[in-house]
Amino acid sequence: MKLIVAVIQPERLTDVKNELAKAEVHLMTVVNVLGAGRQKGYPETYRGIIHEVKLLRKVELQIAVNDAFVQPTIDAIIRAARTGAIGDGKIFVLPIEQCIRIRTGETGNVAIG
Amino acid sequence: MKRTVLPGVLRGIPVIAGAFLAGIALHAEGAGGPDIAAQLTNAKVTMDTVWVLVAAMLVFFMNLGFGMVEAGLQQAKNCVNISAKNFVVFAIASLAFWFIGWGLMFGDGNGFVGLKGLFMLSGADNSPATGDAYSGVYSAIAWTGVPLWAKFFFQLVFAGTAATIVSGAVGGRIKFPAFIMFSVLLVGLVYPVTGHWIWGGGWLAQRGFWDFAGSTAVHSVGGWAALAGALVLGPRIGKYNPDGTPNTIFGHNMALATLGTFVLWFGWFGFNPGSTMAATSEDIARICVTTNIGAAGGTLGATFLAWVMLGKPDLSMVLNGALAGLVAITAPCAYVGVGASAVIGLIAGMLVVLFVPLFDKWGVDDPVGATSVHLVNGIWGTLAVGLFAAAPYAGGEGQPPLGLLAGGGFGSLWNQLVGVVAVGAAVFGVSMLLWVVLKALIGIRVTKEEEMRGLDIGEHGMEAYPDFEMFTTK
Repeated sequence: MKLIVAVIQPERLTDVKNELAKAEVHLMTVVNVLGAGRQKGYPETYRGIIHEVKLLRKVELQIAVNDAFVQPTIDAIIRAARTGAIGDGKIFVLPIEQCIRIRTGETGNVAIG
Repeated sequence: MKRTVLPGVLRGIPVIAGAFLAGIALHAEGAGGPDIAAQLTNAKVTMDTVWVLVAAMLVFFMNLGFGMVEAGLQQAKNCVNISAKNFVVFAIASLAFWFIGWGLMFGDGNGFVGLKGLFMLSGADNSPATGDAYSGVYSAIAWTGVPLWAKFFFQLVFAGTAATIVSGAVGGRIKFPAFIMFSVLLVGLVYPVTGHWIWGGGWLAQRGFWDFAGSTAVHSVGGWAALAGALVLGPRIGKYNPDGTPNTIFGHNMALATLGTFVLWFGWFGFNPGSTMAATSEDIARICVTTNIGAAGGTLGATFLAWVMLGKPDLSMVLNGALAGLVAITAPCAYVGVGASAVIGLIAGMLVVLFVPLFDKWGVDDPVGATSVHLVNGIWGTLAVGLFAAAPYAGGEGQPPLGLLAGGGFGSLWNQLVGVVAVGAAVFGVSMLLWVVLKALIGIRVTKEEEMRGLDIGEHGMEAYPDFEMFTTK
């Protein structure tokens, strides 16, 4: 069991969801996040003052999968989120110690899917 | 807007009221005799002018309503952009209509366009003189006895209304400069030319085409221009699935849209009753009521049909329904009874609920339903004159012929249809051309990245809700 955490450009979210669906990954949590990477910020102006936005708006996906789905999930995210420009984002893969479905009390591999 | 509705004695009522005021003055001065006629005329001019200007101010207030409706029905990430478009468009309309629009629309000329006194109302004019006493180059609007600047201001806010219809339909993807350019051309050239046909003594007016306050002259014109823009731009990203089925892209603030619709309903009490351009008591009171009943019919027609068709009384449809009723009653408001206005409104509200999904199906992405409201119901309201116009508001001197349902036959309906088709073909054709030329010259659509992130940051460098968290994609 792994937790895949992917930080992507907000505008790639729709494509990423579609690619994940093709890889039969349907369960996910999506969070609005602010973050700083190697991409430079964008300027905002308000009443004539230019304001360099340091933290950029990103979208973070949290996807818990069984081991067999780890690589297909990563591939799907990369297929949809890669533009080749700085700021495409990062994917982290973390081990999951335990997973419990609240409704049934099921645990482990059964509870994830 | 054209011609008086009730001839003779009923038009005299404000004069009687004026006589009362003038009588007080006369009594105080102990005067009498030949001055009375002049004083009565002055009192009538004053009352008419005040009425026309107050009505025009109400129509100006409709800009606020349009801004709120359109902002509410678009996404939060495009809120600054849609607000900015709604705000600058009235400024554009003011300058463009003053510079050339008025002259093209009301200047004496041929059946297709005004040619005299084109620029900045520079032509000769002795308003408020009317009829045979009038000498000047704006004779098509010399039927109303108010000063030239009152005529201009009232017509200007109408031109602004036509222009502001476009902004919602092209929302969420149009470049700000492209919208500005199009608005200048729409108010400066397109609207005044078709307006000349209808209200400027042009060929449609001569044929017997009747559009009291502008279902065609204002709303259909804006609707056709909006449809052309939405078609040339293409749908917003995410509006359609790969198999062509439409998705919902929710508006971000339904309370704002609701308040805006109330403001529009309120403003319409200037739009329709004010189009008498005279404080003719009987007329303005009745038109106020037909306008209100039309809106009420539209609201309930849409509520009912949305409930039946969609399973829930969708508030966005209910609001569109109110506006549909108002647009539809705009042309016939002075020529029909109150009962007919309820029927016209009910049908209008149902038309909106039918056409919003149809435009979606046809691939027209119109985020605020401007085409279903202003175009479809502009057409419906115009045709309704040929159906419902009835005595004593029709069939007499200076009135439209009786409609089909009042026993007038198909003649009037046919004339109305010719006007609908002619104005539609002209405005849609020219608008398509303008949009395509603008696309080739300066580009009309923002980049994919900008559209996804929102036009607020891309076009204006700021956000509407900087302290709130929001999803730009879902």
